[in-house]
Amino acid sequence: MEGVLHQIVSGIATGGIYASIALALVMIFLATHHINFAQGEMAMFSTYIALTLLQLGLPYWAAFLATLVFSFVMGVILQRILLEPLANAPVLASVGAFLGLLLIFNNVAGWLFSYTLKPFPSPFGVGDPMFGGMFSRHELGSTVVTMAVLLSVWAFFRFTRLGLAMRGAAYNPVSSRLVGVPVGRMLALGWGLAAGIGAIAGMMVAPVVFLDPNMMGGVLLYAFAGALLGGITSPLGAVVGGVMMGVIENLAGAYVVGTELKLTTALVIIVLVLVVKPSGLFGKALASRV
Amino acid sequence: MPNIPPQFGIFLFIVAAAVLPLVFASGYQTFQLTMVVIYALSVLGKNLVTGFGGQVSLGQGAFYAVGAYTAAVLMDQWDVPYWATLPIAAITSGLVGLMLGLPALRLGGLYLALVTFALAISVPQLLKYKAFEGWTGGVQGIVVSKPDAPFNLPISSDSWIYLFSLAVGVVFFLAITNLVNSRIGRALKAIRDQPLAAEAMGVELARYKTLTFGVGAMVTGIGGALSAIAVGFVSPDSFTIALSLTLFVGMVVGGASSISGAIYGALFIQFIPNIAEEISKAIPGVVYGVILIAVMFFAPGGLAGVIANQLRRLRAARVVGTGRAPS
Repeated sequence: MEGVLHQIVSGIATGGIYASIALALVMIFLATHHINFAQGEMAMFSTYIALTLLQLGLPYWAAFLATLVFSFVMGVILQRILLEPLANAPVLASVGAFLGLLLIFNNVAGWLFSYTLKPFPSPFGVGDPMFGGMFSRHELGSTVVTMAVLLSVWAFFRFTRLGLAMRGAAYNPVSSRLVGVPVGRMLALGWGLAAGIGAIAGMMVAPVVFLDPNMMGGVLLYAFAGALLGGITSPLGAVVGGVMMGVIENLAGAYVVGTELKLTTALVIIVLVLVVKPSGLFGKALASRV
Repeated sequence: MPNIPPQFGIFLFIVAAAVLPLVFASGYQTFQLTMVVIYALSVLGKNLVTGFGGQVSLGQGAFYAVGAYTAAVLMDQWDVPYWATLPIAAITSGLVGLMLGLPALRLGGLYLALVTFALAISVPQLLKYKAFEGWTGGVQGIVVSKPDAPFNLPISSDSWIYLFSLAVGVVFFLAITNLVNSRIGRALKAIRDQPLAAEAMGVELARYKTLTFGVGAMVTGIGGALSAIAVGFVSPDSFTIALSLTLFVGMVVGGASSISGAIYGALFIQFIPNIAEEISKAIPGVVYGVILIAVMFFAPGGLAGVIANQLRRLRAARVVGTGRAPS
């Protein structure tokens, strides 16, 4: 029984990371109806930037903040120069551009930082597991960080004028523009935020899985599954779905299929969601106006 | 200029493609050309699904893997002759395509891209899975012996595999050309460009989409089966997401909604990485990425689109030159 409890608790810790990436995906999906296949690689690249800053001797949280700023700016620039022109292009064009980004980030990272696995420090230190062996220090710390991020994103969208403007720009760009919301700038801001959230997820997962250019492949897949499970149109759903995926991954890995079919588990869940309830747990069914 | 039927040009091209390499190409060059044929076939399957069917599949590498493994397992476990593995590989990859395509096709658009992307990521893991190890050889993969030329033909094994692949490729290129020029092809284009109008005109969306997806997966699967024969080896790490992305690049660069685009795309993904790799191991990926984005921005029709435009401009210039009004 304790084993199960431990699996669930540590599943919530990784789930927080999946939830962050899932939230980033859903934010971009709501605003542009595109799925950013490069979200994981962007996060991976940000994590390398953090590692470089740490190696230059910056203290952890300074490097953390600098990485956030870098990722935010990177997201905004990408949206402005690359995705804005493709806003109304067919699905194939946007998917092509995202895959292009994925390839570029992945290979530039391999080029600059090599393909070897690198350890990434945890800011929470190493020490004895806490709460009777339930949590490692990093698990506890990263859960706190990801939950804080998710809460502040929620508060930002719920309580600030800027957040309201961004929601307006996503849900109804035409009316928003009419009431004076600079829609393009809001979308760029959304990209910046999504990239920042991804960077935090990358820095939180890197101490666990080690840093290499392909680090985020599995994470992205679980984030996709989480976003679909929660409903791709619902930010809350993305968070709940992401955390659920973390728990499912651990339980399935420990008791059902073993760790060798980790990625296949995510694939099966994606297919199941699409067959049983395509709108997910919290999402709205997508309808298009004729 | 006298009117030469276009079929004659195609015929000449096929004869040249069959004869010239036998005379001029070394063993390794012949192998590279075989890979071009195989990639062309695989990209063709993708073009059918994405370019003509308008459905974005990112997991074509998975169907390629199913074809390759079907062929390799059949040859390895039951000594099935290499040529007889092709129809079976076609069936298995087509079925896998249908199984995965059905739920996603119902929803269309990005969902299919998502599911196929997820599939492409999880393929190597499935191939390594212990329960199938008796067949797939797990991490080790399967080694199969390359077939020799039959009837004591005085050509090398590489040359024979090239001719064999070329013959298969030609058959499928002609078949798919006929398919897209038929009633079905027109229905597909209608679905791609105006799904609502097409449905209102009585085109059964679900049926045609599923059919194309299955046929596309099948054609790519045959490419995979040929690759198992030509390379003589399959292993899980040959079928990662990188393969799916490579095929995607081939499709986009060649021109997704064009038959001949599959050939240009195949030439591109076979030869450009070799050239780029001389600079750095990471370069081909960067080049792919940059070119992918550049094509999306500047030449959405790919190489085939660029060539068609140039031809049209040439023809227009000729019409102007002879003083006749362009019709």
